[in-house]
Amino acid sequence: MIEIFRTPNYDFLKKKWLFIGLSWVLIVAGLASVLYRKFDGNPYTQPFNMGVDFAGGTLATVKFKDPPDLGKVRAALEKQGIEGGKIILQPVTDQIGQTPKNEVLIRLPNEMAVTVKPGESATAAKAETDADVGKRKILAALVTFNPPDAQLKTDLNTIGKDNLKNELLRLDPLGVGAGGSVQTAEARYTEIANRIIDYREKERSGLIRDLSEVKNLSGIDPQVAAALDSNFHTGPAALKSAEAVSPQVGADLRNRAVLVNVVACLGMLIFIAFRFKSWGFGVGAIVAVFHDVLVTLGFFSIMQWEINLTVIAALLTLVGYSMNDTIVIFDRIREMMRTRRRESLETLANDAINQTLSRTIITSGLTFLTVLALLLFGGEVLRSFSWTLFIGIIIGTYSSIYIAAPFMLMWEGFRAKRKAPASAQVAAPKPAVNLGGVQLGNPAPTSVGVTSTIAGTKRKKSKKR
Amino acid sequence: MNLNVRRRNIVIASVVAISLIIIFGPWKKDEGYKRTAGDFFRPSRLKQNLSENIKLGLDLKGGTQLVMQVQADDAIKAITEGNQAKAIDTLKKDNIAYKDVRVPSPGILVVETEDTSKHSVISDKLLTDFGSQDWASSESTNPPTVTFTLKGSSADRIRKEATEQAKTIIDQRIDAFGVAEAASQFHGRDEDHQLLIQMPGVDDPDRVKELIKGEARLELKAVVPPATLFRTEEEARASLGGTVPEDRQILAIHEKRGGGTGTGAIDGFYIVEKTPIVGGSDLRDARGVPAQQGIGWRVAFNLKPAGAERFGAWTEKNINNLLAIVLNEQIRSAPSIRNKITDSGEITGSFTQKEAEDLGLTLRSGALPAKIVYLEERTVGPSLGADSIRQGITASIVGLILVVAFMLFYYRLSGVNAVVALLLNLILLMAGLAMFGATLTLPGIAGVVLTIGMAVDSNVLIFERIREELRAGKIVLSAIDTGFSKALVTIIDTHVTTIVSAAFLYFFGTGPIRGFAVTLVIGLLANLFTAVYCSRTMFAWEITRGGRTKESLSI
Repeated sequence: MIEIFRTPNYDFLKKKWLFIGLSWVLIVAGLASVLYRKFDGNPYTQPFNMGVDFAGGTLATVKFKDPPDLGKVRAALEKQGIEGGKIILQPVTDQIGQTPKNEVLIRLPNEMAVTVKPGESATAAKAETDADVGKRKILAALVTFNPPDAQLKTDLNTIGKDNLKNELLRLDPLGVGAGGSVQTAEARYTEIANRIIDYREKERSGLIRDLSEVKNLSGIDPQVAAALDSNFHTGPAALKSAEAVSPQVGADLRNRAVLVNVVACLGMLIFIAFRFKSWGFGVGAIVAVFHDVLVTLGFFSIMQWEINLTVIAALLTLVGYSMNDTIVIFDRIREMMRTRRRESLETLANDAINQTLSRTIITSGLTFLTVLALLLFGGEVLRSFSWTLFIGIIIGTYSSIYIAAPFMLMWEGFRAKRKAPASAQVAAPKPAVNLGGVQLGNPAPTSVGVTSTIAGTKRKKSKKR
Repeated sequence: MNLNVRRRNIVIASVVAISLIIIFGPWKKDEGYKRTAGDFFRPSRLKQNLSENIKLGLDLKGGTQLVMQVQADDAIKAITEGNQAKAIDTLKKDNIAYKDVRVPSPGILVVETEDTSKHSVISDKLLTDFGSQDWASSESTNPPTVTFTLKGSSADRIRKEATEQAKTIIDQRIDAFGVAEAASQFHGRDEDHQLLIQMPGVDDPDRVKELIKGEARLELKAVVPPATLFRTEEEARASLGGTVPEDRQILAIHEKRGGGTGTGAIDGFYIVEKTPIVGGSDLRDARGVPAQQGIGWRVAFNLKPAGAERFGAWTEKNINNLLAIVLNEQIRSAPSIRNKITDSGEITGSFTQKEAEDLGLTLRSGALPAKIVYLEERTVGPSLGADSIRQGITASIVGLILVVAFMLFYYRLSGVNAVVALLLNLILLMAGLAMFGATLTLPGIAGVVLTIGMAVDSNVLIFERIREELRAGKIVLSAIDTGFSKALVTIIDTHVTTIVSAAFLYFFGTGPIRGFAVTLVIGLLANLFTAVYCSRTMFAWEITRGGRTKESLSI
């Protein structure tokens, strides 16, 4: 049997104030960053770096044939009338053991014309123009990279299946349109267009380097190849994805993301309070979860990492992990309350943390490994998700021990103190009253109220087992 | 431990078998598809079935997602302006004197009068015209006006109806355009008037976007005889004595020579009657057809019976007069009438095939009740989606290998149980996704990651508990028994809490967050079965194997 801890017996709760203090430092640091960035007068940093999902604007992934010159890309975009300082260009990092991707993420600020009626919220704004203005400007900027002799030719790297089919139909290199029926021509050119685009997307990862590759594909007739030669070229860049979001949709998504987190936490608070028959446990768990979210968001503000919908999904995952950790410890406390009624709640909590320590370390360690794998191999799309969890798992594990348990104890202690004078005389017969209830599969533990009344009389940490 | 291992094995085997059949079976075939035996066992067919059964979201598959806002106030503006025309009509017909009928803003109509004497008559008559359930009137003396306002509840209803109508029309247009598996739905809150459209596989959305929001309003109007082609608008106005009468209109004529519905060269101006002979709602059919002679395409249209009757009557009386074919307030052509035409006509002007087909389609689906603005557009190229899947799968496999390696190293033979349980969990999760028709998206993968984490955690909880019991000196059999029953409480608590929160996420969340919630719930339910029921059965089988209860456990 390989073991990490044989019988761990650390006094976790002795230093709880130190750790609660540390958490406050982290939260205050985050808050300070939020306030500083709000009032520092620098238009390029915000309290939170909201992604296009929440702030509106355009985010595009552009793939280039050769390693792109970011200065040139920026200059080309500025020519389209976008304020240079607000353009964010970020090269996509290459994955280990793969050919360089030559991809750049382009982020543009919102360019839509939107009117907000006075006195109404941002979500009720009326859009005057379509959301894709930014995308059009990026496309227009990319066209300027084409070699001069390509001006009159169609770019095979930016055209879609449908347009390519139409273009081929118009050129009709095989002569099927003039001689035969419209349907056969459609079918024939659809097939050819699909062949070319599938080659581009599936085998060349979205960008064809040279026209000759296409001409030599199987299923491309010589006449088609000739038509491709004289009418098409393969441009130096292509749009792999584009997201354009209007500010009011962004505001709406933001509101909903906050609402969803708050409502889900309330739901869990009520469920845990019901399940453990005590608000203390519910409060402890929820305080820990809020702590995790606040600290993680603080990190995002300090580092100016982008917050988007994927990050929200990661935050929800983190809430799930942290809650899971907390409940495992709380369950152990509840179990002990049944057999060790005479001991203080604090002793029980400390013992519960110790007894579940191996499990906590193993589970957190394993999930941490999984997240590390996501971070290293998951690619750009999962990057923000992985970072959130990377921090979140550390914070979540820490908070189950140093935040959830102490806050549960404080709540119960506070309630016990308030109740103590009134219930001192009736404390003895109470356990019988509190037995029975909703527990699944195990006999009901004594209610927390009683145990914590005993917790009022402090004892030295029990030394046994 | 007196478990009926055999019965439990049968249960597990059947659940796994059913799951595999759900995942790999040929279930999502087109209607009329004849299933052959090969569909059930050939690896290539099974792979095909898998990709049909588990739907991938646009972020993984590639495609376009659009969120659009119906400018529903347009509908109110149209109704108010319609009522303005009605009011003028009624007041003239009944010889009631008035100074002006104005629409200061959509939903408000003001009749200015000379004095207050006729106010109650005006109010009564026009309210009957407009519908008193929707409109309210108020009179004022200085200046003498009667103001009609659209009631708030009616305005809301009109906006809602406009959005619904827009959706129906847009559905028709997408359908006719032939986007496979396109889906549209209402989006956001009711008062936002938003629609969400997802079009998998559409890599170049510009054409379909144009088509969706295309405003093609076809009207056939009479050119006021004698038909004179004016060179400028001013000339036309001057010929009418400087002001255009209320029932007349000056429209530009563009004989299109290629190039969309945009503006081309203006050829001149005609004076036409404002009220159309037939309008867009009288159209029965319209489609692009090749021109009979020469090059290019044209749009041929047919009229519904009522419209055809009106058109027939008008053409009969107007032989040798000009008819204006008006598209979006522009005359596309003004042929002279040679004989009575009843139900068909055409829009000429060398269109390309694409333009003719799109215009026919837009006309066919009817005019949108309000303008549309795109609020959100997300296009994921198929290669990026493929990259995401490949990287997501690589990362998951690496993560899984690390987890499996650790479990086998740390828990030895019992680790095998955990690994088997984990794999079963993934199979059940996939079957669940296939069964509920859930769509796998990137946030959904986040849900899978959380599920795997909790599945591993369940096993760790159980194993650590068994170890504790063994350490306390219990025999193997009872250590397993106690370990499972004690860990079970915790496992159920953590799972139910997470399911509760996932339920809230589902009901309050938007698209991607919902995807996360669905995968999570399916994964957790599967885990309750695999980590508890299956794992326990494996333990029971291992220690009772060979007829003798084992006295040591590799854990």
